[in-house]
Amino acid sequence: MSAIPTTKVGENGTASIKLIVNGEEVEAKRGATVLEAALGAGIYIPTLCYDPDLKPYGGCRLCVVEIEKMRGLVSSCTTPATDGMVVHTETPRVNQSRRITMELIIANHHGDCLTCAKSQDCNLLKIARYLGIEQDRVERLRKGTQVLPVDDSHPAFLHDPNKCILCAKCVRACHEIAVVGAIDIAFRGSSARIATFGDKPIAESICKSCGECVMRCPTGALVPKWEKPPAEEIKTICPYCGVGCSIYLGVLDNKVVSVRGDPEGSTNRGSLCVKGRWGYDFLSHPERLTTPLIRIPGVPCGAGHDGKVHEIFRETSWDEALELAANKLLELKQARGADSIAALSSAKCTNEDNYAMQKFVRAVIGTNNIDHCARLCHASTVVGGIAAFGQGAMSNSYSDFEKTELFFVIGSNTTECHPIIGSMIKRRVRFGGAKLIVADPRSIELSDFATVRLPHKPGTDVALLNGLMHVIIRDGLEDKEFIRKRTEGFEDMRQLVEGFTPEVVEATTGVPKADLEAAACLFGETKSACILYGMGITQHTTGTDNVKSVANLLLLTGNIGREGTGFSPLRGQNNVQGACDIGALPNVYPGYQRVDDPALRMKFETAWGCKLSDRPGVTVTEIANAILGGDIKGLYVMGENPMLSEPNLEHFRQALEKLEFLVVQDIFLSETAWLADVVFPAAAFAEKDGTFTNTERRVQRVRQAVLPPGEAKADWEIISALAGKMGKPFGYQTASQIMEEAASLTPVYGGIRFERLDHDGLQWPCPDTSHPGTSFLYQDGFARGRGKFHAVDYIPPAESISKKYPLVLTTGRILEHWHTGTMSRRANVLSELCPSGVVEMHPGDAARLGLIEGDLVVVTSKRGWVEAPLHITEKSPPGVIFMPFHWREAAANILTNDALDPLAKIPEYKVSAVNAVRRRKKLR
Amino acid sequence: MSFEEIKSQAILQWKTMQQSESIRILIGMGTCGRAAGAEDILDVLNQELVKQDIQADILPVGCIGLCYAEPLIEVIKPGKPSVFYGNLTPELMSEIIADYLIADNPRSDLALGTRGEGTLDGIPKFFNLSVLKPQVRISLRNCGNIDPENINHYIANGGYEGLAKALRMKPQEVIVEIKKSGLRGRGGAGFATGVKWQFCHDAPGDIKYVICNADEGDPGAFMDRALLEGDPHAVLEGILIGAYAIGATEGYIYIRAEYPLAIQRLRIAIRQMEEYGLIGDDIMGSGFKFHIKIKEGAGAFVCGEETAMMASIEGRRGMPRSRPPFPAQSGLWGKPTNINNVETWSDVSAILAKGADWYAGYGTEKSKGTKNFSLAGKVVRTGLIEVPMGISLREIVYEIGGGIPEGKRLKAVQTGGPSGGFIPESLIDLPVDYESLTQAGSIMGSGGMVVIDEDTCMVDMTKFFLTFTQAESCGKCIPCRWGTKQMLDILEDIANGRGRPGDIALLQELAESIKDGSLCGLGQTAPNPVLTSIRYFRDEYEEHIFERRCSAMQCQALISYYILPDKCQGCMICARNCPVQAIEGGKRMVHVIDQDKCINCGICLDVCPPKFGAVVKVSGTKPSDIPERPVPVVAKS
Repeated sequence: MSAIPTTKVGENGTASIKLIVNGEEVEAKRGATVLEAALGAGIYIPTLCYDPDLKPYGGCRLCVVEIEKMRGLVSSCTTPATDGMVVHTETPRVNQSRRITMELIIANHHGDCLTCAKSQDCNLLKIARYLGIEQDRVERLRKGTQVLPVDDSHPAFLHDPNKCILCAKCVRACHEIAVVGAIDIAFRGSSARIATFGDKPIAESICKSCGECVMRCPTGALVPKWEKPPAEEIKTICPYCGVGCSIYLGVLDNKVVSVRGDPEGSTNRGSLCVKGRWGYDFLSHPERLTTPLIRIPGVPCGAGHDGKVHEIFRETSWDEALELAANKLLELKQARGADSIAALSSAKCTNEDNYAMQKFVRAVIGTNNIDHCARLCHASTVVGGIAAFGQGAMSNSYSDFEKTELFFVIGSNTTECHPIIGSMIKRRVRFGGAKLIVADPRSIELSDFATVRLPHKPGTDVALLNGLMHVIIRDGLEDKEFIRKRTEGFEDMRQLVEGFTPEVVEATTGVPKADLEAAACLFGETKSACILYGMGITQHTTGTDNVKSVANLLLLTGNIGREGTGFSPLRGQNNVQGACDIGALPNVYPGYQRVDDPALRMKFETAWGCKLSDRPGVTVTEIANAILGGDIKGLYVMGENPMLSEPNLEHFRQALEKLEFLVVQDIFLSETAWLADVVFPAAAFAEKDGTFTNTERRVQRVRQAVLPPGEAKADWEIISALAGKMGKPFGYQTASQIMEEAASLTPVYGGIRFERLDHDGLQWPCPDTSHPGTSFLYQDGFARGRGKFHAVDYIPPAESISKKYPLVLTTGRILEHWHTGTMSRRANVLSELCPSGVVEMHPGDAARLGLIEGDLVVVTSKRGWVEAPLHITEKSPPGVIFMPFHWREAAANILTNDALDPLAKIPEYKVSAVNAVRRRKKLR
Repeated sequence: MSFEEIKSQAILQWKTMQQSESIRILIGMGTCGRAAGAEDILDVLNQELVKQDIQADILPVGCIGLCYAEPLIEVIKPGKPSVFYGNLTPELMSEIIADYLIADNPRSDLALGTRGEGTLDGIPKFFNLSVLKPQVRISLRNCGNIDPENINHYIANGGYEGLAKALRMKPQEVIVEIKKSGLRGRGGAGFATGVKWQFCHDAPGDIKYVICNADEGDPGAFMDRALLEGDPHAVLEGILIGAYAIGATEGYIYIRAEYPLAIQRLRIAIRQMEEYGLIGDDIMGSGFKFHIKIKEGAGAFVCGEETAMMASIEGRRGMPRSRPPFPAQSGLWGKPTNINNVETWSDVSAILAKGADWYAGYGTEKSKGTKNFSLAGKVVRTGLIEVPMGISLREIVYEIGGGIPEGKRLKAVQTGGPSGGFIPESLIDLPVDYESLTQAGSIMGSGGMVVIDEDTCMVDMTKFFLTFTQAESCGKCIPCRWGTKQMLDILEDIANGRGRPGDIALLQELAESIKDGSLCGLGQTAPNPVLTSIRYFRDEYEEHIFERRCSAMQCQALISYYILPDKCQGCMICARNCPVQAIEGGKRMVHVIDQDKCINCGICLDVCPPKFGAVVKVSGTKPSDIPERPVPVVAKS
């Protein structure tokens, strides 16, 4: 024990300390607790309530130790380690205390280990063994007799309070990580237990079902209902939203039996949302497509999908199906030209699938008619971003959020659509001192956390943003140096926003002048702010304008190109960033290289060994009219479901029914596939290798965990086979070969190789194989040189309310479901948690229309009608109703307006004029 | 108005009242007084005074401490010493009005004592009464003397002099003064107040808080309530002095919602302070800024614990957390925070007004000053007392308390409430100071003092305290949550005759581990009643466990009732009153209790005519010659 305390100051100014634990010198980071110091040195201290992700709690008292010069036993998990501290972790006094504590738990722990779902994973059991708890010592104690009812109300997990030891990890995770607070400790003394508000069943609480509690429970008190212990775990990426959470799929007998967040994954640090945690049983759903299907001759395309599959399709071999598709496509190409064929690629498929698809369309078919649903979500971001910065991607990273002092969330219901980012914001605001401005017509969960709320009228974003800039300039809060050194076009913009006085903006947007000024001051005075936005900005006829306004505000205040600042369009789908990056767009090759640039075209012609079209192709949103106008005859749809996701669905249906040939490649017989001539069964994300690129530009590895069902194949394999049938074999054996080819042609992906992605993926730009990736963009300059201000005037939405259609309909996602429900509605937990669509309406509107909760409401627009049960809520502002678009039974997109943004061709999903009336009977 | 002007105005008001030619009647209107019927007395007074057309001022005051004598009034006739009357009823009140207010007979038969110059025949000096003579009233200095809802009364009696003095000193000098006084925390732990202030003063931070802990929760304790009801300004002045010394600009009074009168009086007091500029942005023109909020607790005992209290103020569930960090470093809202108890704050204002040396003149070497206790239990004179540290338990029980009623034997004194312990009769000469009480296995605590006589079963009494701590454990840490429950379960088994041979050792083992392992003071001290009762009354545990006997005859499961055949006259009263028909017999038949049916309610004993005295209560033994079945009564020869 040569204990002379020493302090070593590291290069970055942090100090390490040395302490003596059980006679050994141990080095620890300053700020570490005694427990962390010991664990770091490989000295085990038992604990039930410690979790490195949570604040120290000190409840279980198993980690008590003796520390010289400190009175009594102290909990090592709450005591900071200090230099020269002398700690004893296994003295007789310590062990006696731990044993008694454990014996007390055991005496009050009901349940049989044999039948407990936690079985071998039970931390309580492990520590009891470590402490050598003896049966006869426990027998001396009086056994607890209180038996509490089990709460099995939640479809995903059970809560058995009789097995709870009150370590409160669940409560703390709910408060500190999910920042929901659905549960807390209730009652006192031996009656203390975990309960929801009002002690209601968990399913009736505000629980968001993220399962952060379940995964942390050390005993069998909170256990998943359906999980089994896996034989092996495969690290991959969640297939739902664009956050791109890293997960481990547990596999047993070629089936996914468990899921957990990857604690090392920098995107999510082990956290997951309800979909990412419980949404995987669609993989083994009986409705999965297992063989190719061919429409039975004579069955009309319009035959509805309520019929039986076998009355419409017959099962067939790959050979026949591919042959048929190849012949039909070649026929069309010869007869009508290559541009008579179009393809929809998929933001849900891998980069490799998308690369193969765009190459197939360009090199095999010979057209640029390729697009995908990014058109429907962030086309305006790409156009607006390129105009302002030269690049349309998110400029910053999740890691930047840790340094962000002000979040401005506009048109993004982040906690519903990007739950993990939503939690990051909530944590930063609740615990990190960050401020939050929320601009949204609806009252969303983040509104409760907001420093300033700006509930503007739908479609008035430009006016609102111009108003903010007006006040910032008026008060001299703009970053003059940044504007001078790094931007252009300021003067035009300044002159334009001069007219957007708070009074004018209040009249246009409905946002009180004082709130506008408060938000502007906050934004102008904060050093590092970022703007997060979603479809509320992009899905407008002025979507590009909206994005340019967001960019203006960032440029005005110098909040871009630095850590903690940035431009954060939140991409909606798991690989929408990648599908765009990799060229599934009609005007650009992979890496946003323009098809009408001869030099770039030559590069791809050389690489692919064929002539390529120089004409930009049609967009998704133009396809319907192109078909109806007779320009497009054949369509190849991979992993998309436009029959639910397009605006003005009836119009789109008419178009699809007019096609001469429709190929659909999917994992289920989607609403679109029901109209197909040939259906190819595809492998789902867990059944193939590849990469997804998330919203922070991180290219991450997707790995095969199970085999595809039946004869289903990876999308790139199907495309390659079809290319072969059409006489232009691609020759790919593995997905990584595709990425190598893509990387060689895509400068920003130049350094992406599968083996480099193993740990945590790479963020593009990553130009070469030694490049570490890029966390945030524009540090040294914008992609277009100087950042460009745009003078953007306010233009009202395409459709305004009228006597006949007095309400504004706005659409969006809800937490439990995703996109057109193809996957989420086939995940039991998700569909049980949220089985049907709703219409949300303000109580005032409901009263005026004589509607009550649960009424079946018929909502009508110029384009059609749908019906759905009514939910009355103050989340909706007066005059605005909200519908999620996930349900074909209440397909909100029958109502939505297909008016397009002139530049980005994105439709105006967010503003439609509608009417709502009661249907006869009441639903509950 | 400057403070000097305020003061002269207040003194004028006070003097005018003192020198008034009309009769003055002070009536104890604290919660204790009201509970004893003071409101009825007040009604009678008001009605009679009007009816008899007597000119008199009635002044509601706080508790003067003689709870056993409530309702209590003090009658001041000009030119005469004042006379105290206690245990009043409306009838007695009417008599006093007739005899003393209208006529001039002070009714020495009813009077407790006199105060002031002069004497009245046959009436002792009030403060020479043995209940009051050993007492020194510092924190309770004004209780019962002034109108607690009139700030002028407080100021006229030297109030806010301490604050005025403090504001003329540097904050550090104030801390030094408190250190010099030797004042230790009156909430129970006895940490040196000045040192605690110093920590908070020295902690870096621009925002600091002071909190007044008025979450008095020990069963049977009412010191803080009485003080807040009787003299709220004494506490508030102390808080301000502390805030000034520490550098706090905001404070909270955390008070149980069950103290509505105290809350009301605090609110009135704060409003009056605002009017006088004694609280706000520029106190007494010194530039010192301070604001205070009242936070009502929702009835959780554990919220008296500092860290739980702060969590509760912050709007979270009141649960303690481990220290460090200490509140002085990171307390309320993460800012340096100093928490002191009601009594401590009142002492502070007295110390500043009269000086540290004066205060340190009372008490012992390590325990300076005085301490409030609520004297309760089996003692003749229960009440709120303030005694100099170092006084012996004997003086408290026998002098102040007047001994044990009905000539019973003293068994023990319990101090410190559920966190404290039992001090046996053999240690009755123990001086009351922090060290001695701790050494005896108990604690000073916040001031609960329960006198226990021979009729109390120590197992039963211990069980009572464990029932309390078990129910009030917040549930956060396992040793406290399950440990207190386990000890209670074992005690219940022992009391119910299900004790096991190893139980005493098990209780001791558990108690030591719970003390050692628990997170906060609640769990760390909850075993004290168990440990001290075993330490001093092990024989009682043993008789329960090994002989199934409760010699105090309190543990129902261990007692039995029998009807003595030679005394029973077969009157049938007991049989008729038995709620479970456990008594067999008939007219002129010796009654027999069916022990299997009997629920030990004791009604038979209560109803058996005393002249027969046929029912006996026993534990562990059975009287001889008890017949199995009713037999005819043997006629007395």
